[in-house]
Amino acid sequence: MWSDLLLILDASLRMAVPMVFAAMGGVFAERSGVIDFGLEGKMLGGAFVAASVAHLTQSAWIGLLGAIAIGIVFSMMHAFASVTKQGNQVVSCVAINIFAMGLTTVLGQAWFQRGGKTPQLPPEARFTAIELPFAEELRDVPILGEIYYELISGHNILVYIAYIMVPVTAWIVFRSRFGLRLRATGENPLAVDTAGISVNRTRYKALVINGILGGMSGAYLSTAQLAFFVKDMSAGKGYLALAAMIFGKWRPFQAMLACLLFAFAEAIQSRLQGVSLPIVGVVPVQLIQSIPYILTVVLLAGFVGKAVAPKAIGEPFIKEHK
Amino acid sequence: MSPAIELRNISKQFGPVQANRNVSLKVESGTIHGIIGENGAGKSTLMSILYGFYQADSGTIQVQGQELKINSANDAIASGIGMVHQHFMLVDTFTVLENVVLGVESGWTLKASLDDARETLIQLEKEYHLEVDVDALIQDLPVGLLQRVEILKALYRKADILILDEPTGVLTPQEADDLFRILEELSKQGKTVILITHKLREIMAITSHVSVMRNGEMVAHLKTSETNREELAELMVGRKVLLRVDKTSSSPKHEILRIEHLNVKDQNEVSRVKDLSFSVHGGEILGIAGVSGNGQTELLETLTGIRSFQGGSIQFGAQKIQSGDKFDASLMRDLGVGHVPEDRQRMGLVTSFVAKENAILGYHRDKAYNSTFEMDETFMLEDCSSKMKDYDVRPANPELQSSLFSGGNQQKLVVMREMSRNPELLIVGQPTRGVDIGAIEFIHRRIIAMRDAGKAVLLVSVELDEILSLSDRILVMFSGEMMGEISADEADERRIGLLMAGIREKAA
Repeated sequence: MWSDLLLILDASLRMAVPMVFAAMGGVFAERSGVIDFGLEGKMLGGAFVAASVAHLTQSAWIGLLGAIAIGIVFSMMHAFASVTKQGNQVVSCVAINIFAMGLTTVLGQAWFQRGGKTPQLPPEARFTAIELPFAEELRDVPILGEIYYELISGHNILVYIAYIMVPVTAWIVFRSRFGLRLRATGENPLAVDTAGISVNRTRYKALVINGILGGMSGAYLSTAQLAFFVKDMSAGKGYLALAAMIFGKWRPFQAMLACLLFAFAEAIQSRLQGVSLPIVGVVPVQLIQSIPYILTVVLLAGFVGKAVAPKAIGEPFIKEHK
Repeated sequence: MSPAIELRNISKQFGPVQANRNVSLKVESGTIHGIIGENGAGKSTLMSILYGFYQADSGTIQVQGQELKINSANDAIASGIGMVHQHFMLVDTFTVLENVVLGVESGWTLKASLDDARETLIQLEKEYHLEVDVDALIQDLPVGLLQRVEILKALYRKADILILDEPTGVLTPQEADDLFRILEELSKQGKTVILITHKLREIMAITSHVSVMRNGEMVAHLKTSETNREELAELMVGRKVLLRVDKTSSSPKHEILRIEHLNVKDQNEVSRVKDLSFSVHGGEILGIAGVSGNGQTELLETLTGIRSFQGGSIQFGAQKIQSGDKFDASLMRDLGVGHVPEDRQRMGLVTSFVAKENAILGYHRDKAYNSTFEMDETFMLEDCSSKMKDYDVRPANPELQSSLFSGGNQQKLVVMREMSRNPELLIVGQPTRGVDIGAIEFIHRRIIAMRDAGKAVLLVSVELDEILSLSDRILVMFSGEMMGEISADEADERRIGLLMAGIREKAA
């Protein structure tokens, strides 16, 4: 039972990673007042580019850089449309998601001819597990040692980066000058403008960071979790990340906890399949598979009512003309 | 000594509108200089040019004798100009300190910047008698203090010239007096203050010089001591105006509206109207005074059927409505309640509709406007056209899109629609907000005419002058509660001001 629990937690930790990256990216964008559910598209684009570049160069790190680059390209498209051109932010996000979905499928087929799948990466060209010091020695120590060995050690580098990004994001948003300006831009852009700071430049900066994190979330999917790209591999994780961020009230730690909760539901789901429960008997697979989604709907409907979004979210900044 | 500010021949055009035409202005150092003009006269545009929001199409700006190009708020701040905007430029979720340092932080980390600023700010507060708790959240502070924060922001940025744009719009008379004391203190310490306003009283009370704008042009520069209200009003409007409303004393008749223990909550379950009871009679104007945001909007919306209420009752003639009864805006209209909403652009008009369509909004089901299957366009046209003449809506063109009318004429359009139905009770919210003096005069006369015809009028306004000059009885609201009732003959600004600030009169 105890080891089952550890395994489920371990799986949740790993499954949450792409969502954590994306949710942190979402925090930056939305705190600056720009809606971003284009995270799904950035994740998908990042996954495809990471796998393709890693295949060509045989280097996971160069693949990661490629993913970051495409993430930035997508977020700059979003910035140009919705910040510079003051277009509708939701429409711009939808465009990016559709664009990413189409482009990865078509290019994947054209370049690799495997039905949208990229070639399998050898271990050298992907991020593999890192054994932390003394993990092996401590694995037999009850509880703490087991937790260290199973839960903390033995992940790839992106997992650690993702969880380090959470306090880093929190620090930048709440403890730095940039963070103050970022939050002010999302709350009252006019106040920022009259204080002599460029609203649009602040939003651009936020979206560059957003693109980097969005790209990294994709790279994790195709070069760390798996060793190839398949079409639609993000499977709604970008949207879940956005939901987690809203559920976490635009705060990094709470958003991370929400990501972990969603990941936990997903991890438990694969364990529950075929298990016979008292009274009800064997629960249909379809029902179990829908647990994470049901949980999302229930949580968002039931708890987010009180969440207060940045006041100016979704509004392009236009100086009023009288 | 060179003047603090000298503007020469500033012109600015927005599309077809000439907002400023060859405007020149000289403001002497250390003075309080008023700029007065009606809404849309170009005062705010001129100051926005000075503050770098807009760039002038032509003309020059000199600050302390030096010619400057001001292309952004940053340039203005650097040359010692600070601005207190009409709508506060503050971040609600930040503290006072965070708002003050925003944009002029001393370093990368927030804590260091805030620590650096804290002492300086507290020092400034003492020096100019502008005490505010530096760690208070903006959303918890009353508006009077928010204005102090705005002034502190400017002083912290080392402003020598302070521009205040309609600073008293949201203040009680006492808070306004407070502000004036602060401004005098500032000018005593050598700061130059520019006060933009449309209120003659403020100009007379505090400025030493005044410049008058009309239709984008500067029409006069005067010493305040050498002019008077009447002259200034005439310069603003371009013709003689009657500043006082002529009216006879009221002769109240039977009761038309009675409200008992009314309670209204908003969508966040916050109580907005608390246990309010009053009645309105035919032949009288009941004025409701109060600083904006103290439940007046919710009260208006409830009485006109837009918002539901959670307790108490509304009795209109013989019809009694309890909370929970079916009740909506069209029912109230059928009962004979006319409604001139507070915000004509948001609730009074569909600005993309033409005048004749707006003239029947809410009454469009009336048989007169409908033939068998479609609207009777010919009748709508004739009807609107004759009413427009009657209500002096200019231009009197029923086919003109409503957004193309001026603020005053849009308001007259709404007033026309509601008054021409000859309602038993007319509920009017902020009837003259953003309306020129000419239209104010007209609307006020019409409201009094309705009263004289024996109808009941409920007037809600944040302009105390308006309440005082029109009402027969005055109720004061504060934080959703009724603070007191005063008859028109006993009312004065000071008494009402205290009630508006939530200070009850002691029982004599």
